Amino acid sequence: MEYLLASGVGVLTAAGVYMILRGRSFPVVIGMALLSYAVNVLLFSMGRLTIDRPPVLLLELDNYTDPLPQALVLTAIVISFGMTALIVVLALRSFLESGSDHVDGETAEGGTRE
Amino acid sequence: MSLVLIALLPFIGAILPALMIRAGRNACALTAGSVTLTSLILLLSYAPAVFGGEVIQARFEWLPGLGLNANFFLDGLGFFFALLILGIGLLIIVYARFYLSKQDPMGLFYVYLLLFQGAMVGITLSDNILLLLIFWELTSLSSFLLIGYWKHLPEGRQGARMALMVTGSGGMAMIAGMLILGNIAGSYDLTVILQSGEAIKASPLYLPALLLILGGAFTKSAQFPFHFWLPHAMAAPTPVSAYLHSATMVKAGVFLMARMWPALAGTPEWFYIVATAGLVTMIVGAWISIFKDDLKGLLAFSTVSQLGLMTMLLGFGTPMAALAAVFHILNHATFKAALFMTAGIVDHEVGTRDAKRLGGLVTLMPITATIAMIAAASSAGLPLFNGFLSKEMMLYEASHTYYLGQEWILPVLATVGAVFSVAYSARYAIHVFLGKERHDYPSHPHDPPFGMWAPAGLLVVLVVAIGLLPQAIAGPLVQVASNAVTNGTAPVVDIKIWHGVNAALIMSMIALALGLLLLWRYGTFVALRQRFPRPEAKDIFDRLVDRTAAAATFVTDGLQNGSLQRYLATMVATMILVGAAGFFGGSHGAGTRATLPISPLGLIGWLLLVAACLTLVFFHHRRLLTLILVGVIGLIVSLGFFYFAAPDLALTQISVEVVTVILLLLALNFLPKQTPVAEFAPRRWRDAVLAGLAGLGVAGLTLAITTRDFFAGSISEFHLANSYPGGGGTNVVNVILVDFRGFDTYGEIIVLGIAALAIFALLESSLHGKASKRLANWVPETARAFDSHPLLLVVASRALLPFALLVGIFIFLRGHNEPGGGFIAGLVVSIALIIQYMASGFQWAHARVRVDYHAVIGLGVLVAGLTGVAAWIAERPFLTSDFTYVSLPVVGTFEVATAMAFDVGVFLTVVGAVMLALANLSRIGRLAETGGGSHPIASQH
Repeated sequence: MEYLLASGVGVLTAAGVYMILRGRSFPVVIGMALLSYAVNVLLFSMGRLTIDRPPVLLLELDNYTDPLPQALVLTAIVISFGMTALIVVLALRSFLESGSDHVDGETAEGGTRE
Repeated sequence: MSLVLIALLPFIGAILPALMIRAGRNACALTAGSVTLTSLILLLSYAPAVFGGEVIQARFEWLPGLGLNANFFLDGLGFFFALLILGIGLLIIVYARFYLSKQDPMGLFYVYLLLFQGAMVGITLSDNILLLLIFWELTSLSSFLLIGYWKHLPEGRQGARMALMVTGSGGMAMIAGMLILGNIAGSYDLTVILQSGEAIKASPLYLPALLLILGGAFTKSAQFPFHFWLPHAMAAPTPVSAYLHSATMVKAGVFLMARMWPALAGTPEWFYIVATAGLVTMIVGAWISIFKDDLKGLLAFSTVSQLGLMTMLLGFGTPMAALAAVFHILNHATFKAALFMTAGIVDHEVGTRDAKRLGGLVTLMPITATIAMIAAASSAGLPLFNGFLSKEMMLYEASHTYYLGQEWILPVLATVGAVFSVAYSARYAIHVFLGKERHDYPSHPHDPPFGMWAPAGLLVVLVVAIGLLPQAIAGPLVQVASNAVTNGTAPVVDIKIWHGVNAALIMSMIALALGLLLLWRYGTFVALRQRFPRPEAKDIFDRLVDRTAAAATFVTDGLQNGSLQRYLATMVATMILVGAAGFFGGSHGAGTRATLPISPLGLIGWLLLVAACLTLVFFHHRRLLTLILVGVIGLIVSLGFFYFAAPDLALTQISVEVVTVILLLLALNFLPKQTPVAEFAPRRWRDAVLAGLAGLGVAGLTLAITTRDFFAGSISEFHLANSYPGGGGTNVVNVILVDFRGFDTYGEIIVLGIAALAIFALLESSLHGKASKRLANWVPETARAFDSHPLLLVVASRALLPFALLVGIFIFLRGHNEPGGGFIAGLVVSIALIIQYMASGFQWAHARVRVDYHAVIGLGVLVAGLTGVAAWIAERPFLTSDFTYVSLPVVGTFEVATAMAFDVGVFLTVVGAVMLALANLSRIGRLAETGGGSHPIASQH
């Protein structure tokens, strides 16, 4: 499963990087979202992979998976949401102001709806 | 404590002149003067102790971890300099009161002056070199303000900038040097460093430290080749020049060399660097000074030359030479301050300070002329004035010091310097005040008011008094100061006017004769000087600055051309390179940790993920499809969390996913639905290669880590062991969030709240201006549904609301012991609420919301914060677990309640933040739907 997870993170990263290199704001936002997934899973995997041993003591298992990366990633997921929300609104505002959704604010070819 | 006050009083008092200027110029000057006088009296109260050989210390811990302590000490050298700084400062304050015109903002002048004074006194009293460096930089900054005081003059601004740049960069070098020195000595305290001279000189880092520290001292003291800033600083008002260039600013470098003398002096490196720089500066400065027509320019270069003399004496490295340097510092401060003041008086009363347009002033302004000529005589080294005595000492020291193994080099060159100094001093006296009386002056010259000439008068009284009775007046002071410089090895001071005919006297007489001869044939020498190239230091400096700026601009423009795509590509490429360098630079094998077997479920998830990612990349021009695929990917990720024993993460991810997709949908509503193909194929291939390499790197990293065991065990053992007994919960992830790492969580909810507020600000302000017009004229790209709020959805969502809220509360309550908690509950509740907005429209929902989402965010942060503060009541650190101050051995209700209080804060912040963002986005939507007028109003429910 480690190979699947690692390659999955790699594919997410590659897709994310490709998307953030696009010239329009929406794909860049999507790229950031994909990169957030990749980073969150990468951080999560720092606790190594375990199945069926969630860190809930009520289950009374003899050992548990590492809870610390989970706690850190939990807040990271919420913060990623905050960041995605902020940049998408930023992109929206920039589009509304300039009429272009190019990341550099170029209006030459982007002002289709003027 | 009062020791510290000597340095701090000018800083504290600096505010007073700014206030007192409202009460008039006299009141303003009087306050500035009283501040200085108080400091001076405090200083003098220590005189008996200092003359008794005591070293007074005052120590305060500031940042002991960095070795930075606010330690002050007062020894002979510090006393000597502080006396000069405060004493001459007082005279300058009086002088400036009469010098500044009504148009000059006098309050500001005294503010700057006091700040500068405080910084200078701070340097002389610091016992910690880091503290000294702080004061050192403060002098650079405050002198910048003083030199540029006449802001309307371009020369003033340029001069100030140049001074700041030269002395500032020297200061940078000195910081590095001082840090090395502190490292060698094992302490940043001067008292320790001065005792470890042997260790410092033996260290291999001695030379770098020496060069760096001298970099600071030479720039400050305008030693060749850094001498060029000083004449340009003459654009300052004359009181500033008189202060900065007689007793203070430029003397700071000399002070530093004297202060560090026990630690650094006495080696061949010290001798050749310091003595040579001093010697060259002395001769070059004096030579240029002779030909300066601007009186202040003449005095500026003469100052450069005199500083060179002091530096050279310190460079000799013998106690006797150090004593001579100390004595000359005192004498120079007195006669040079007086000379500057008289130059200012001439400028003020005559209207010009061009030597070519002056002459015969002795009959017009006899008092000024007398003062100026006495000071000039001292500067020239005429017997019976104080300058003669210390110059004699210098010549005597030079006469028996070997340079490069030769006996004759130093005496000859020192005499040459003395010849020039006689020439420029005589020129100042003769060309300005003697000669035929002229009648073509811009204004009618006469002596200034008493207050303006009295400070200079007092100084020349000192010049004569020390010249006549050196041992009685200056002897003890020079003795304690030079004892401090030399660590107690200074010879007993016995200054006499007459030593009999010796080498020094003969050199003095030669200098006097040749100097006067030079002035007599002045025209010949001017012509001679014209033949040689005279590089203009300012041009070289300006060119250097311009070239550096151009190079910086070139680099910046190359990297920062305004294209986000280029920045991101550069960053990704850099990361790949750094990662590759790390990977290929080390040795590594395959991981040894046993891997989990591939399950069919896992394989299906992986295939779905890869397919979704590939589809997304290939069809990213269709934005709605992209969005759906992001949802799919998010779901797979949350399933993955669930699969790998992270139920909390799975719950969080799935609820965040819903919120994110709704948010992106709302935003996409107004954005173009298609991405045009803009990039050419090569660009796309470049990006694909970058993306592929980045993905490969991250995949490799993930694999490498997950197939290895922990290097030294996981710190989570602690969390697992203490979650229940320490935090009172069995869901370890939640206990970590609200307890063990509660401070992190606290910071994170604040970030979330701020992000939501920023979103609100961006959206709220788009209701005005260009953005609102665009919104009002917005025409949807795609066809609208006939019924934008279907009845079925409305009814179902309203019926579901209570259940959804119930689920949220349930998830919240179980969070401490089972998967759930504030974050997830907050997201679930937000979804329940946002569905109402979607189903029934913004207006309907908005009318029914009775809370302000801003307040919810604030309340959340407040609740979480107060829970943390509650720990203080039990005298525990912020956010300490409740359990620690309730001594129940097993799970008590109390600690669960407070942990939940923190989680309530998290919950409220998440709800507030999500709702603020989404509700405002739908508000924009409403404006767009109704603003055009051609579309039916959205919410009739």
